[in-house]
Amino acid sequence: MAPKRPPKRPAARAAAPAAAPAPARPTARPAPPDVLVRVRGLSFHRGRRAIFDRIDLDIPRGMVTAIMGPSGTGKTTLLKLIGGQLRPSAGTVAVDGKDIHALRTGELYALRKRMGMLFQTGALLTDLDVFENVAYPLREHTKLSESMIRKLVLLKLEAVGLRGARDLMPSELSGGMARRVALARAIALDPMMIMYDEPFTGQDPISMGVLVQLIRRLNDAAHLTSVVVSHDVAETAAIADYVYVIADGRVIDRGPPAKVQASGSAWTRQFMQGLPDGPVPFHYPAPSLATDLLPAWGAAAA
Amino acid sequence: MNAVLDWLAALGRAGLGALERLGRGHLLLLGILAGLGPLARRPGLLLQQMNSVGVRSVLIIAVSGIFVGMVLGLQGHYILSRFGAEATLGVMVAASLVRELGPVVTALLFAGRAGSALTAEIGLMKATEQLSGLEMMAVNPVYRVLTPRFLAGFLSMPLLAAMFSALGVWGGWFVGVGLLGVDDGTYWSQMQAKIDLHEDIQNGVVKSLVFGFVCSWIAIFQGYDCVPTSEGVSRATTKTVVHSALAVLGLDFVLTALMFGK
Amino acid sequence: MKKLNAHGIEILVGAFVAAGFVAMFFLAMKVSNLGAVTVGDGYQVTARFRNVGGLKVRAPVSMGGVPLGKVVGIHFDDKTFDAVVTMEIDRKHAQIPDDTYAKIYTAGLLGEQYVGLEPGGSDKNLKQGSEIRMTQSALVLEEVIGQFIFSKAQEGSKP
Repeated sequence: MAPKRPPKRPAARAAAPAAAPAPARPTARPAPPDVLVRVRGLSFHRGRRAIFDRIDLDIPRGMVTAIMGPSGTGKTTLLKLIGGQLRPSAGTVAVDGKDIHALRTGELYALRKRMGMLFQTGALLTDLDVFENVAYPLREHTKLSESMIRKLVLLKLEAVGLRGARDLMPSELSGGMARRVALARAIALDPMMIMYDEPFTGQDPISMGVLVQLIRRLNDAAHLTSVVVSHDVAETAAIADYVYVIADGRVIDRGPPAKVQASGSAWTRQFMQGLPDGPVPFHYPAPSLATDLLPAWGAAAA
Repeated sequence: MNAVLDWLAALGRAGLGALERLGRGHLLLLGILAGLGPLARRPGLLLQQMNSVGVRSVLIIAVSGIFVGMVLGLQGHYILSRFGAEATLGVMVAASLVRELGPVVTALLFAGRAGSALTAEIGLMKATEQLSGLEMMAVNPVYRVLTPRFLAGFLSMPLLAAMFSALGVWGGWFVGVGLLGVDDGTYWSQMQAKIDLHEDIQNGVVKSLVFGFVCSWIAIFQGYDCVPTSEGVSRATTKTVVHSALAVLGLDFVLTALMFGK
Repeated sequence: MKKLNAHGIEILVGAFVAAGFVAMFFLAMKVSNLGAVTVGDGYQVTARFRNVGGLKVRAPVSMGGVPLGKVVGIHFDDKTFDAVVTMEIDRKHAQIPDDTYAKIYTAGLLGEQYVGLEPGGSDKNLKQGSEIRMTQSALVLEEVIGQFIFSKAQEGSKP
């Protein structure tokens, strides 16, 4: 397992292997320095259930930020809120200084071209082969020549180590390969940030290691900002610069991985160390076993 | 008393749910139609869908058309010969095909073959997050995925219905003239005398255009609106076939009453 | 499933659309009345009948059982109280004598009515605008039955 490392300084990035010829993008930065995504007072309800209840998050630019929490806490929902695919019931999400839910469709789409997202399943287009999948955003959003597209696609595939798989169809890829192709696609337009939705779920140790390394390397080489949503504690803690722990719609803990892991909160300790019982009970709420098994006895007791 | 109230509440919920779905369906249709402009700049997308929606339905439509025509020839001859009116066999076969069976049976087969495939494809794209993925790539999935499929279904239906009817007329001819000895000239001339270009054939085309519109809309909406799980997709596929069949049969009655009832 | 290249798909879709239009063309030309004698493709003659029965526009006009043309119009003459039937006859059949006899027949027991022509012996032929002078009206079933009952009644009252 890679050692925990401090936030990279820009000087350290040049050492990493070049993932892509990142064209110098003249980005005016109206946002306060170092915060790319600013979430304030965000609430989201599904039916009557509150998924999020007035949460605040800051995602610093150029770092790998992890958002952890048990399954079903709406971590994917949070990414969709940041990407503007869902509308919050209250609060704001500002990406690069722009309130994402106040943008008009055209502006939102322009902003999304600079945000990559890696879905759990990869979300590759099943009727296109690997090459065409990676070329897709380039063909949609640029007017590059065919030879230019070919060069770019091969470079992106090289960065994820799958240049040789360019002619395969998505159905012929393993889960880990599909995610790597999706990653190549996500960086095709050289975005400013990538959101990873549960990148490690269901991976064997080798592809897990590959993905862990790729996320870190791409982040540093391509000057990206990465948001990793996951419940795989060890892997995520290994690459993250900053960790948010979310449960029951609230941010429970935040800080560098080492600090969060050493946190005194009983809940966080249970989650980070994977203990079967603790503040999160082993048993789903139920009447006592005796009441369930012996209704007559239960009735008498009641 | 409580049971009655519960029942009323359930009825109300179901009604509101249906109304909500209807609203979502119409909004989606607006989105799909808004995509026609952008689609005009990317005709390649339509071409691909014409292939998977239209071309791949030809075989089942052609085979069904021939057999329906042959059965009509057989049954028609059996009944008409009792009145010594075999001469009108061609009229009977052609009129029932062009007016009713062509558009209706084609639409039912289309719903089963192409409609269910559309729903399953779109539902799976939703379940595997391909639609969300497109959205995050700043590509509008309604314009890019739904509009070409809708237009392909709408355009394919009249062509398929025409093939169905034409092959059916030929199948009726094969049985009536070829096997049962109706006079060849009578078969065609009676048909030509009684089938009107405007009243019969044009109305049949109008029907199949309406059915194409409705069947494609239902199939795409069910796919787009499905619960993104394998169970949800399979349920949506079933719904597509059932809803399309009901819509086609109901609309056929309305259209027939409007066109032929004076 | 085999992956088709773009050109293959273009060919398939092209064939599909072409087949659809051929089918529509077939329906229009071969199945419907468009393919039969078309307007402007023949000459028109008229005939006066006391009663046309159930004759309809587009009913066939035939001689010896072979269709030569079709009825294109049925009008009522206010002065003579006759029905004037305008027929269009295919240009191919321009050799029909002008003393031809026109009668309204019924095809089969329940069939549609049509105009049957029986040739006369004149040297002159029918041409655009001619009128067929010798006609026999349609057989109206009620009249026939009425006559039959009337004659039976007369027979009964004789002795």
